[in-house]
Amino acid sequence: MPGFDFSNYNRNAALHARGVPLPKATSTGTTIVGCIFDGGVVIAADTRATSGPIVADKNCEKLHFISPNIWCAGAGTAADTEFTTALISSQLELHSLSTGRKPRVVTCMTLLKQHLFRYQGHIGAYLVVAGVDPTGTHLFTVHAHGSTDKLPYVTMGSGSLAAMSVFETQWKPQLTKEEAMKLCSQAIEAGIWNDLGSGSNVDLAVITADKTTLHRGFVKPNERTQKLKSYVFRRGTTAVLNEKVIKKEEIGNYVSVEELAEEQLPGGDKMELDT
Amino acid sequence: MSSPFSINGGACVAMVGKDCVAIACDLRLGLQALTVSNNFPKIFQYGDVFLGLTGLATDVSTVSDLFRYKVNMYRLREERNIAPKTFANLVSSSLYERRFGPYFVSPVVAGLDPKTSEPFICGFDSIGCIDFAKDFIVSGTATEQLFGMCESLWEPNLGPEDLFETISQALLNAVDRDALSGWGAHVYIIEKDKVTKRLLKGRQD
Repeated sequence: MPGFDFSNYNRNAALHARGVPLPKATSTGTTIVGCIFDGGVVIAADTRATSGPIVADKNCEKLHFISPNIWCAGAGTAADTEFTTALISSQLELHSLSTGRKPRVVTCMTLLKQHLFRYQGHIGAYLVVAGVDPTGTHLFTVHAHGSTDKLPYVTMGSGSLAAMSVFETQWKPQLTKEEAMKLCSQAIEAGIWNDLGSGSNVDLAVITADKTTLHRGFVKPNERTQKLKSYVFRRGTTAVLNEKVIKKEEIGNYVSVEELAEEQLPGGDKMELDT
Repeated sequence: MSSPFSINGGACVAMVGKDCVAIACDLRLGLQALTVSNNFPKIFQYGDVFLGLTGLATDVSTVSDLFRYKVNMYRLREERNIAPKTFANLVSSSLYERRFGPYFVSPVVAGLDPKTSEPFICGFDSIGCIDFAKDFIVSGTATEQLFGMCESLWEPNLGPEDLFETISQALLNAVDRDALSGWGAHVYIIEKDKVTKRLLKGRQD
């Protein structure tokens, strides 16, 4: 990684020292979960992105692609989860190309934790890493400071307590694929309804040895109903002071092309040409 | 001292319509409560792509110049205009590069895909997280007012004329409830074969 550019850091630190608050980033105040079943692993997430108390995005994607058989669910600072997973995905692809082997989930988890530990928690990415590789099915959580866990069922984000309550009451060993999918989507729904930082829909991914299936909008319990009346304004409602229309075909008119005869060329001698 | 995002004030909004997109901004530049200028546009055009920038005015200028440079270099290398989606990823990675020393801006991108003419809008936070929206994007000090206006006024498949009225009314009425925004507005309606730029009559108080 070429690295970060700190050239604005001193300016912003000086402003901060004078009492200027730090900018608020979009955070995925999230519910994300993962659960292993017989023959694979399921991960799921809600789709709300928040900026303070404002809902910034009602249907964002929190399931990130790492490799065809490894996927990540991200909570925390949205930009950090997005770029950290993209960076590790790229490193893992290059690693698998140079070794000629399929990428492994432990490799992905190790790359993530070493990257996050190096930044001492300043990169606010909280991830659930799941996948199936030649060594078997794996499910991990990675925290922003670099610690990791390996468990049969995991939850993260602000809705992790709500989601874990579902797992702790309903989870059992040797789940089938359908049972695991239902359990994960119920855990996310617990977050959607009971955690203010989570909301909208359930996204879910099922990873097995032979394929990965991404269910975008697996459950949509919060569809917006159509408005009963239209609020379209009558044309001419808005007072316009000035109007300029630029048509595509007229753009040529804004460029003037002039053919210059050789004698007219400015600046001294004629260019020497090989004949 | 107040947040760098609300020293100069300003608002920007983008909306998707049927085979068209709209992007609009206010024109105020202030220093806290003192208005310095009523002609500070916050929308910049790079080929077929439009970028709205609100936040700290010094960074608005710096970032708009930076992207003019980057887009010009792209055009020299590729010998074509940059597509809105490509530009959105350029904005995102350029902002994330400064993860630990960000520009205090909230960008908005609007345009039509050069091949399919599909409408595209998206917004960003100051460290480059993209918000892909199918309806509208808002930014600036009047964000909360704009969210309320857009959520109630916007509807799918508005034609260019109706979209103009909707985005204009959403912006004008939002900035009238924000002391730091207003003082006139620019609205761009972007269609496949033409772009219409209008200067709106807004309150000057």
